[in-house]
Amino acid sequence: MSLKKISKDQPEKFEFDQQSLEAAKKILPNYPKGKEKSAVMALLYIAQRQNNNWIPLSAIKYIAKFLNMPYIKVYEVATFYSMYNLSPVGNFHVQICTTTPCMIRGAYKIVDVCKKKISEKENVLSENGNCSWTEVECLGACINAPMMQINNDYYEDLDIRQSEKIIDEVLLGKKPKPGSYRGRINSEPENNRKTLLDLKNA
Amino acid sequence: MLKDEDRIFKNLYNDLGADLNSSKKRGDWTNTKDLCEKGRDWIIDEIKKSELRGRGGAGFPTGLKWSFAPKEVGSRPHYLVINADESEPGTCKDRDILRFEPHKLLEGCLIAAYAVNSHKCYIYLRGEYYNEGIELQKAIDEAYKNNLIGKNASGTGWDLDIYIHYGAGAYICGEETALLESIEGNKGQPRLKPPFPALVGLYGCPTIVNNVETVSVVPTILRKGSKWFASLGKPKNTGTKIFCISGNVNKPCNVEEEMGVPLKDLIETHAGGVVGGWENLQAVIPGGSSMPLLNKEISEKITMDFDSLVENKSGLGTAGIVVINKDQDIIKCFARIARFYKHESCGQCTPCREGSGWMWRILERMAKGEASREEVEMLFDVTKQIEGHTICAFGEGSAWPVQGLLRNFKKEIIKRNNFDPLIKSNKDIPYLVDQHLLEKDNAQN
Repeated sequence: MSLKKISKDQPEKFEFDQQSLEAAKKILPNYPKGKEKSAVMALLYIAQRQNNNWIPLSAIKYIAKFLNMPYIKVYEVATFYSMYNLSPVGNFHVQICTTTPCMIRGAYKIVDVCKKKISEKENVLSENGNCSWTEVECLGACINAPMMQINNDYYEDLDIRQSEKIIDEVLLGKKPKPGSYRGRINSEPENNRKTLLDLKNA
Repeated sequence: MLKDEDRIFKNLYNDLGADLNSSKKRGDWTNTKDLCEKGRDWIIDEIKKSELRGRGGAGFPTGLKWSFAPKEVGSRPHYLVINADESEPGTCKDRDILRFEPHKLLEGCLIAAYAVNSHKCYIYLRGEYYNEGIELQKAIDEAYKNNLIGKNASGTGWDLDIYIHYGAGAYICGEETALLESIEGNKGQPRLKPPFPALVGLYGCPTIVNNVETVSVVPTILRKGSKWFASLGKPKNTGTKIFCISGNVNKPCNVEEEMGVPLKDLIETHAGGVVGGWENLQAVIPGGSSMPLLNKEISEKITMDFDSLVENKSGLGTAGIVVINKDQDIIKCFARIARFYKHESCGQCTPCREGSGWMWRILERMAKGEASREEVEMLFDVTKQIEGHTICAFGEGSAWPVQGLLRNFKKEIIKRNNFDPLIKSNKDIPYLVDQHLLEKDNAQN
């Protein structure tokens, strides 16, 4: 499905730490007995969180053992879905939506900002190693286009200046404030609301 | 315009707060027990009478879908699965329901689960909606704490557990059988149908899969009555719907409106008009990227409901309206949509896996004016080879937008791409290069 590059530098060992182990044990009872395999996606997320935003092959092996699944089945899942990073992406993983609704509102200008500030190419770490960028498909915030996602947060209604500021902060290792950067409230039409006005004024 | 009292999602813009107390003030969870006590048949019958059609894109009648679940629970338990894997370009309605009206969704889950005899409900949330997931989990915890769900949910005597399952960025998991595969811990590749999920679904058990918006409107329909819901909109296309208006409009927004509202009203009244004025409109994608575009003449007078759009060779889909004005290069826009489908094809069926790449490559060259005259016909032929030859509807979803483009903008394409066929003129244009080679200069190493 997506182009996946598996990192050449792999740590030899991976084990869940205490916190991850607890999180994993909390997930398992969500699924019926004998169907623990269903938890594989959640466990991959947990591994990714523990290991600084990416999943090494040893973690895939560990999860396979943990769930009593064949290694290849977990590998299949990890490579199929685009949100599992199989090589380091840095502390801040910048994802820019460039699908048509964002594109026609100027998403590629933000891509240019990232090229200039982070790295010339996608999925390459910035010089200080704490950040990388990638183009992604629709992130489901089309009315707030153009937008990007950094780790778990959405940054919406961007322009060149704002995104430069955001990337600068990220490069310094700070987390910028998520949400709309034009000051609009959620998904309402800016200064043009025609519906539910009583509630707005209430 | 729809009257405010007829709007279902009163907290669409989060004026009121999404927590349980605020939701209760809006009427959520008020008489869930009474509604359930009227019985399964009554619930399904009311939904049938309201003529509610699924809001996820296909528009299948919801009451009918529920009635497909076996009446009695046999040896296999029943499941309810909520499809919150919203990834159709142009669509962002479920996100606001998850953030601001989670209790409408949860109450809908209880009623739907009761109606289809299910004790377990999974909400399949797209992985990118991490923060929305936290909000939803907060609402679930609140509901458990107040005995609204869980053992003897809301005093109905029915047990219901609701879990969130995070996806991980695969558009195809919005297809119901791919979604079930994904919950089972596999790659999200769609299954052959029949058997349909209503009989053989999650873990091989009877499963009903519904979209977030569909389930969220159910409690209000039952409370206000099917007659009220059916009186809105047009026959067979009843009720209200959240429209997402994005692209080249002055005030992009989400708005709940009646089905059958004129497209021009939505764009001009709610979204503040097309950038550069109505005259500057080039095309509109009416229902998320899978639906063929509408040209300006049709956009002028079309009403937004399932049947009128089908008559105009398009579809309502998810009601994600993408407005494209004349400042944009229409071929480039559709080349980007084709790239989306190339990226998201699950790779199971050859026509889709290979064809989506073909369409993308041809369109990219067409946007640059590097295609030959004959390739316009060839592109159309490729779309026909994909359409109807795949396991799931992704094939149609990727082929239709290209067909719509060819139907409406063929002249433009031919004007720009006037080469003689390659074999005659011997021009050095990459023809059927492997897609990975084209992507290489943007990738690592």
